[in-house]
Amino acid sequence: MTDKRLPSAFAELEPFAQTWCLPTETERWDQRLSSSMAEMQSFYDAFFPRLEEAIEYCDKFSLDDLPDDATNLLHLIYSLVMVAMSIEIMHQPAPVDAADAVMIRTGEPKP
Amino acid sequence: MTTQWAKPPEGSWTEHYPELGTGPISFRDSISPEFYALERDAVFTRAWLNLCRVEELPEVGSYLTKDIEVTNSSLILVHGEDGRIRAFHNQCRHRGAKVADGSGREPELVCARSGWRYALDGTLRHVPNQDSYFDFDTADYGLVPVHCDVWAGFVFVNLDAQPRQTLREFLGPMVTGLDDYPFGTLTERYDWVAHNNSNWKIFADAFQEYYHVPSLHTQQVPAEVRNPAAGFTCGHFQLDGPHRLVSTAGTRRWLLAPEYMYPIERATQSGLVGPWRTPDIGDLPAGLNPGGIEPWGISNFQIFPNLEILIYGGWYLLYRYWPTSHNTHRFEAYTYFHPARTVRERIEHEVAAVVLKEFALQDAGMLGGTQAALEYDVVDEFPVNDQEILVRHLHKVTLDWVQEYQNR
Repeated sequence: MTDKRLPSAFAELEPFAQTWCLPTETERWDQRLSSSMAEMQSFYDAFFPRLEEAIEYCDKFSLDDLPDDATNLLHLIYSLVMVAMSIEIMHQPAPVDAADAVMIRTGEPKP
Repeated sequence: MTTQWAKPPEGSWTEHYPELGTGPISFRDSISPEFYALERDAVFTRAWLNLCRVEELPEVGSYLTKDIEVTNSSLILVHGEDGRIRAFHNQCRHRGAKVADGSGREPELVCARSGWRYALDGTLRHVPNQDSYFDFDTADYGLVPVHCDVWAGFVFVNLDAQPRQTLREFLGPMVTGLDDYPFGTLTERYDWVAHNNSNWKIFADAFQEYYHVPSLHTQQVPAEVRNPAAGFTCGHFQLDGPHRLVSTAGTRRWLLAPEYMYPIERATQSGLVGPWRTPDIGDLPAGLNPGGIEPWGISNFQIFPNLEILIYGGWYLLYRYWPTSHNTHRFEAYTYFHPARTVRERIEHEVAAVVLKEFALQDAGMLGGTQAALEYDVVDEFPVNDQEILVRHLHKVTLDWVQEYQNR
């Protein structure tokens, strides 16, 4: 048995998979807000340089027929998008000036 | 964006509509339980209200329930055998239980408590032990209908006993200028809900002017190229009856120097204004850009009282503001894209959806403090500039409807 989640070409990202391969925005949002900037920075630094390659990898498959490991990689891409908001734009986990506002995503396409 | 857009001959958008006046405005309409009660009767019980799109009721027998808190209504929308969508109060005529909850598809609507069965057109079809009732005729006990009509795939209801206008008359020529917009092809949807601690109009105001954008949303531009003195001027404003429109110019993102975008935007070719490139969705109606803004960026239709349709190139946003008390509301947000054909397109949609929430939360973050401060009721004369004409108009129209109702 192997517990590999990601395609072998992205094996170096396995340490992040357990935390960040999350299928819903609500899970990704909660993970972002409960992570430190240092934790998110290390995920970002490891993954961002390979983002375009990861998009290309997933894009080889049809949306209706993504293998499990590519689906996990896609969820990791979605998490990187989420983390990029904190790292690139807000420089803190939550959006600046959002105060106590909450906005819950209640519907989204899959995957 | 330093372009100087032509203004109407009167010298300003506001003076082009002289009934608006140019003086300071009041926000007492947003802090008063008494005004909230008047709004309920004068506005939400009499205006056409959009609840959903036809794609949410795709087949014969598809139904969904919707609650409208301000009017204390629970409604069922049903796709009938004749293809029509009808609305009913969600109440069984046998001792009042709710007939349906959530959404689904059924050949008829069955009350779980009584077993009474209603046809999709609301007719009462079967009553267990019918012969034990007294002077009973099923024809007297159909579901109670609510006026319901569809425009451009948007399903509206009107809770008035006899609506004063048809839906098309109510929407008027500016909004129905979107008749031929291909809403029906943009069906990939992301949904959000938020329970905000302000009057509904205060949040609607946040999305009907762009004056606040450079100050509140500084992060929309990377720090290296941010201009602290930047202003933003919209190209076109238009009013039609109770409805409002603002259009702005837009930039083709991929033509900008790379430093004007965040790395995640460059890597995914998507971001604040959505996917950089969207599929051809066919000819667009002239009514989409009635001001003839070039290069056109967005048109934001504010449909009275509580619906916003904000159209970008190839996709759109929809907001609904549902009052839940004089100082709270339930906010619904949706993005609609063409169905992703590839994984890459799906990622572009996700990026747009994520960025949207970042900045909407900044707007929402202002609400609690604003509402609390308005409720101190120290100041009640607020100057409103020409770029905020739509804020002025919403509050004026709401008050007009209330006064007209009181004087009827």
